[in-house]
Amino acid sequence: MIKKKNKNKNNPFYDPTLTKRHRSSKRFKTFTLASLVFSIAFLVFFLFDIIGKGTPAFEQAYVNVEVTYNEASKKSYRKAIDKKYTRIVSRAWLRTVPMLIEENPELMGKTIKTWVLADDQVDQYLKGHYFKLKRKDRALIDEMKAYGDAELKFNTIFFTNGDSKTPEFAGLNSAIIGSILTLIITMLVAFPIGVMTAVYLEEFADDNKFTQTIEVNINNLAAIPSILFGLLGLAIFINLFGLPRSSPLVGGLTLALMTLPIIIVSSRAALRAVPDSIRQAGYGLGLTKIEVTRDHVLPLAFPGILTGSIIGLAQAMGETAPLIIIGMIAFIPDAPGSIMEAATVMPAQLFTWAGMPERMYIEKTAAGIMVLLTILISLNALAIYLRKKYEVKW
Amino acid sequence: MKENLIKTALIVASTISILTTFGILFSILFEAISFFELRSFWYFLTGTEWSPGIPGSKFGAVPIFAGTLMITFIAMAVALPIGLGSAIFMSEYASHRTRSYLKPVLEILAGIPTVVYGFFAAITVAPLIVKGAAFFGLEATFNSALASGVVMGIMIIPVISSLSDDVIKAVPDSQRKASLGLGMTQGETIKNIVLPSALPGIISATLLGFSKAIGETMIVVMAAGLRPNLSINPLEDMTTVTVRIVDALVGDQAFNSPETLVAFALGLALFVVTLALNIVSLSLIRKFKEKYKVNTL
Repeated sequence: MIKKKNKNKNNPFYDPTLTKRHRSSKRFKTFTLASLVFSIAFLVFFLFDIIGKGTPAFEQAYVNVEVTYNEASKKSYRKAIDKKYTRIVSRAWLRTVPMLIEENPELMGKTIKTWVLADDQVDQYLKGHYFKLKRKDRALIDEMKAYGDAELKFNTIFFTNGDSKTPEFAGLNSAIIGSILTLIITMLVAFPIGVMTAVYLEEFADDNKFTQTIEVNINNLAAIPSILFGLLGLAIFINLFGLPRSSPLVGGLTLALMTLPIIIVSSRAALRAVPDSIRQAGYGLGLTKIEVTRDHVLPLAFPGILTGSIIGLAQAMGETAPLIIIGMIAFIPDAPGSIMEAATVMPAQLFTWAGMPERMYIEKTAAGIMVLLTILISLNALAIYLRKKYEVKW
Repeated sequence: MKENLIKTALIVASTISILTTFGILFSILFEAISFFELRSFWYFLTGTEWSPGIPGSKFGAVPIFAGTLMITFIAMAVALPIGLGSAIFMSEYASHRTRSYLKPVLEILAGIPTVVYGFFAAITVAPLIVKGAAFFGLEATFNSALASGVVMGIMIIPVISSLSDDVIKAVPDSQRKASLGLGMTQGETIKNIVLPSALPGIISATLLGFSKAIGETMIVVMAAGLRPNLSINPLEDMTTVTVRIVDALVGDQAFNSPETLVAFALGLALFVVTLALNIVSLSLIRKFKEKYKVNTL
C-alpha cells in the first residue's frame, strides 16, 4: 500500500483525482445501463401483467342443463330452463332460445340436456375471482361441478360475437370487422396519395418554395396530436360533407390523413435508395422521366414502400383518440355491413370495455389487448421480414 | 400531353398534406370563433373556474392548462433521464450487435397503442400508486396525475431515445478520440464533449416528447380525472386539455352549444402550442444536421 503511493509520487503525470474520475465514469455508465434496463423491465412487467389479466378470458364457464323447447319457452325465454338455474345461466344466451326454435323447427317440444353459457358471476366464481353469487347458487354450482356439469371451456364467443351489455356474451367480432373495413379505406386513400407525393418530391420536384412548404408540412403533420385529426374529421367530413357519423368511411379517411406522413417519409427513403445509374441507363435508352420512374425506379423501391406502408397501417390500427371524436365508440352489437354503417374498431371497443363496471370486462379488455398486440407485432414482424428479404445492396 | 397529366396528378397529391394542415387549422379555428362569440376569449385564457353543463356555465381554462402541464412534467421527468440514458448506453457503450437487438426492443414501447397504455395505467399502475402512497402515509386518488404521468413518460421514452441515439451517433468520432487522447475518461468525454455537441438534437427530441405528452389523449382519458383541479400535488386527480375535448364531444349536448364548441377552443390552444414546439424542434434538428452534414432525412 505504501509502496504504491510512493510509486505514484514519482510519476510526474500522476493525477491524484484519477481514481475518483474513473469511479465517476463508471457510475455514469451504470446509470445509462440502469435506464435501459428499466425500460426493458417495464416492457416485461407490462406484458406479464396483460397476459396474466387476459388469459382467463379465453376460457368461459358453461353449465350442462336441461333446456325445454316448446311454445311456452318460445314466448318467454325464461321458461326454457328450470327455475333454479335462472341465476346461473346467461340471460343473453337464454334470449336466443326463441330464435333457435325458429331456425330449427325439429327442436320443438323436446327437452334436451345441453351445455349452455353460464352467467358471468358463475364464470368469475369458477375462475376463483371476486364474485357476487348467492349462497344457494354457489352450492348449486359446486354440486354441478362435482358431477361434471359445470366447467370452463375454450371461449369461442369472444371471437364470434359482437359487443354486448352482458359481459359473458361480449366478443370482438364486430370490432374486428369494423377495423378491417376502416383500414381498407385508410390504405385505399393513404397509399396512392402517399406514394404519389413521395414520387413527386423525390423524382420530379425542383427545390423551390412550393416543395419546401410541402416538406415542412409533412414533418408538422407527423407531429400534430392525433386528437386534432378527430376534430378535423368531425368538422369537415361529418359536419361539412355530411358523411355518416361513426362510419368506417369517416374513420378511414381520418386515419388516412394521419398515416400519410409515415408513408411519404418511408417511400421517399426507398426511392432515394435507388441508385442514379438506373435512371441514367433509362434515359440513355431514350425513355422519358415518367417511364423511367414507373417501370424501373418504382418497382425497385417497392419493397421499401411496402414496409413503410405496413408500419403505417399498424399505427393506424392502434389509434383510438380521433375515432372517439367522430363517434366510433357507440354501442355496436352487430358487425357493419357496409362502410356507411355505424361501426366500432378494436381499440375503441377495448376503450368501451375498460370503462364498464363489471369485473369480467377487465378480463375481456386484457384479452382483446393480447389479440390486438399479436396482430400489431405480426404486422411489424412482416415489415421487418420484407425489408430483410428484399434488401438490395447496390 | 399524357406526361403533363401525370405530373399534374403528382402535384395535386402532394398538396393534400398542405390541405390537411389547413383543414385542421380552419376547421378548428371557425368552430373556436363561434365559441368565442358565445363566451369571452380572455376569460377562457385567464379564468380559473370551469363549470360546464350548469346554468351560467363558466369556461376558465387555467386549471385545465395547469393539469396538462403537471402531467406533462411528470411524464418528462420519467422519459428524459431514462430515454437519454438508454440512448447514451446504446450509442456509446453497447457493441454494434447489442445495439441492433436493443433498439427494436425499445421501439416496441412506441408501437404499443395508447389505449393499451391507458388501460394499464388505470388498472395496474393507479392502484399501485394508491397502495404505495398509503405505505408512506399519503393519500392518492385512483385518478392521480402521477399514474397517467408515469405511464405517459414510459410511452415517450422511445421518442427521446431514438432521436437522441441518432444525433449522438452522428457526432464525429474524431471529437471522442481527441478527448480520450487528452486523457479524459469515457464518462467525461461523453458528458463534456459528445453531449454538448449533440445538444440541439437532444433539445429537439425533448421538445418533440413534450409536444407528444401535451397532445396524448387515451392515457389521460382513461387514467386521469375529469375534475379541473388547480393543485401542485401529483397524487390528486387532475384533468387535461385532451380529456376535456373528448368529454365535450361525447356528451349529448347540441353541437352549437358552448359545452360542445369549447372542444374546438381547447383544440386550437393544443394546435398552437404543439405546432410551435414542433417548429422549434424541427429547426433545431436541421441546424444540428447542417453542423455535421448528417444526411439521414
